[in-house]
Amino acid sequence: MNFKRFFAVFKARNIEFFRDKSSLSWNLIFPILLLVGFSFIFSGDGQSVYKVGIVNHSEVDDIELINKYKSFKDVRFIDYINYDNIETAKNKLSHHTIDLVIEPTSSQFWVNNESTKSYLVEKIFSQQLTSYIRLETTGKKIRYVDWVLPGILGMNIMFSCLFGVGYVIVRYRKNSVLKRLKATPLSSFEFVSAQLLSRLFIVMCMSAVVYIGCNFLFDFFMLGRYFDLIIIGMLGAFSLLSLGLLVASRSKSEELIGGLLNLTSWPMMMLSGVWFSLEGAPSALKTFADFLPLTHLVAGAREIIIEGATLSDISYHVGSLMIMSILFLSLGSYFFSWNTDR
Amino acid sequence: MSVAICVDALTKKYKDIIAVNNISFNVKKGHCFGLLGPNGAGKTTTIEIMEGIISASSGSVVYKNEEQEVDHNISQQIGIQFQHTALQDFLTVKETLNLFKAFYQHTLAQEKIIELCDLGDFLERDNRLLSGGQRQRLLLALALINDPEIIFLDEPTTGLDPHARRNFWQLIKNIKAQNKTIILTTHYMDEAEQLCDDIVIMDQGTIIESGTPQELLTKHFKEVFIYLPEQQVTSMLIEQNKWKTVSGRVEITTSNVEKTLAMLMTNNVSLAGLHVKSANLDDLFLHLTGSSLRA
Repeated sequence: MNFKRFFAVFKARNIEFFRDKSSLSWNLIFPILLLVGFSFIFSGDGQSVYKVGIVNHSEVDDIELINKYKSFKDVRFIDYINYDNIETAKNKLSHHTIDLVIEPTSSQFWVNNESTKSYLVEKIFSQQLTSYIRLETTGKKIRYVDWVLPGILGMNIMFSCLFGVGYVIVRYRKNSVLKRLKATPLSSFEFVSAQLLSRLFIVMCMSAVVYIGCNFLFDFFMLGRYFDLIIIGMLGAFSLLSLGLLVASRSKSEELIGGLLNLTSWPMMMLSGVWFSLEGAPSALKTFADFLPLTHLVAGAREIIIEGATLSDISYHVGSLMIMSILFLSLGSYFFSWNTDR
Repeated sequence: MSVAICVDALTKKYKDIIAVNNISFNVKKGHCFGLLGPNGAGKTTTIEIMEGIISASSGSVVYKNEEQEVDHNISQQIGIQFQHTALQDFLTVKETLNLFKAFYQHTLAQEKIIELCDLGDFLERDNRLLSGGQRQRLLLALALINDPEIIFLDEPTTGLDPHARRNFWQLIKNIKAQNKTIILTTHYMDEAEQLCDDIVIMDQGTIIESGTPQELLTKHFKEVFIYLPEQQVTSMLIEQNKWKTVSGRVEITTSNVEKTLAMLMTNNVSLAGLHVKSANLDDLFLHLTGSSLRA
């Protein structure tokens, strides 16, 4: 690794990006427009469906208790979410993510005093809850815009990484920029690492600008540490960059790479929890989503922002992103070609 | 004159196409070596193997200075100008020079390269806004940036207007004057005549002739061509002498110009519009292959 050569390519790529005004403005404006749009659309009480958390559902074998559950579940148009841990459920309630927590085994239920929806759901279940002990919790409401922020930033990082590396490498290969570079002493490792790190630098800068800019407008919720958020952001971006490199490792056709990158990005956009929570999703879908790097980036960032999680709390996401990065990078380097043979 | 590069029994196959078929030649140090032929003759494939960009199916390319077969490490010592190369968008000419300068251990001083390739007028211009001639000059500068002893130029003047081509030839002559070895491919025979000391003519992957341009012309042509407007020569005279008519002109091939002119005057043929031409490499190619250049 020759750092002089690496830094020359890194610098040239950054200049290319920052001077391309149309691409630069799109990278900044697109996430801001989405955030403003969603905060406007969901500025009311959020989704109309009420959500009730039920704790220790799986441990129930008592007939009487089963009947108790059934009495709740007979009420229609309510989403029921099962939790194993009472603290998790209470945490969700305090952030207004769910509207009521019921623990039938101990005949207790919790409401959030600061939530109007919690008040209404308590009224709906007043009949079933007569023998229950009423407990209270409080907490600042997490608006949809707070919840969706990591999703939108993550999605923007995903597009920027996949297309910024994948599309650019294929374009370089097609118009022989790669061939010209291959004719110099520059090694493929120096070239690829400069491309990846340049894009990592760019997406982190862009995301920071969007976050800081929008924070003035929305005053985002933030329980965790910014350092942890930056680390999970960098890990997520790096795994997506490696994926972009893998997808673009051989192709010379811009049409094909466009299709392949769409094929890679669309499932992540829809299934990685960008727009809606995967909590109530079928388990097969959740398993599939677990193989997508964006899922771990968004889930990790969301836990840091909303639940104040630390990196060790989200070690599953951190580990998954690391493994994916190593896997994609190894495969991408193995298959990488400067110039696909005629 | 010592040998710079020795190419021996080189073959390159692509699936069912043989692009280069068992060719051998030597490039002499300090010479401008021309690889000539129509499009698809195998010139680019040959020099890309010589540059270490693609690998040969069989045969060898040996750099005599190092006594080593070509590989990626040779890139420190050679300069390359490709036939089709895009440059990174949004970089200026100066930034592009700096980028390529960083790749090499030993480089020419930037002022010298700017002067040598005449880049001074557009140093701060974006690569995307360069004219064809300016672009080729920048690509030549990138090929020279590491002060190489051996320079490969693959069809450097394709697509340039006549003025830009002549300017470019002058740049190559200046480089030649520094005793550098140049390997040039072209399908313009006048370019080869202007610049090359030795030539190899390729067609369909094989070498059909090699030598200095003068040697080859002397070997194949002892005659010169005389052209006259067709309407000045009677058809009887054309038929008797079996002369050809080409684009409204009568083409007379002769080894004795004086005798032919005397004969024309005896037959009262007006010599207005007369044109005498020696055979050039275009004629040689036509002579060797029986077909014109498929440019």
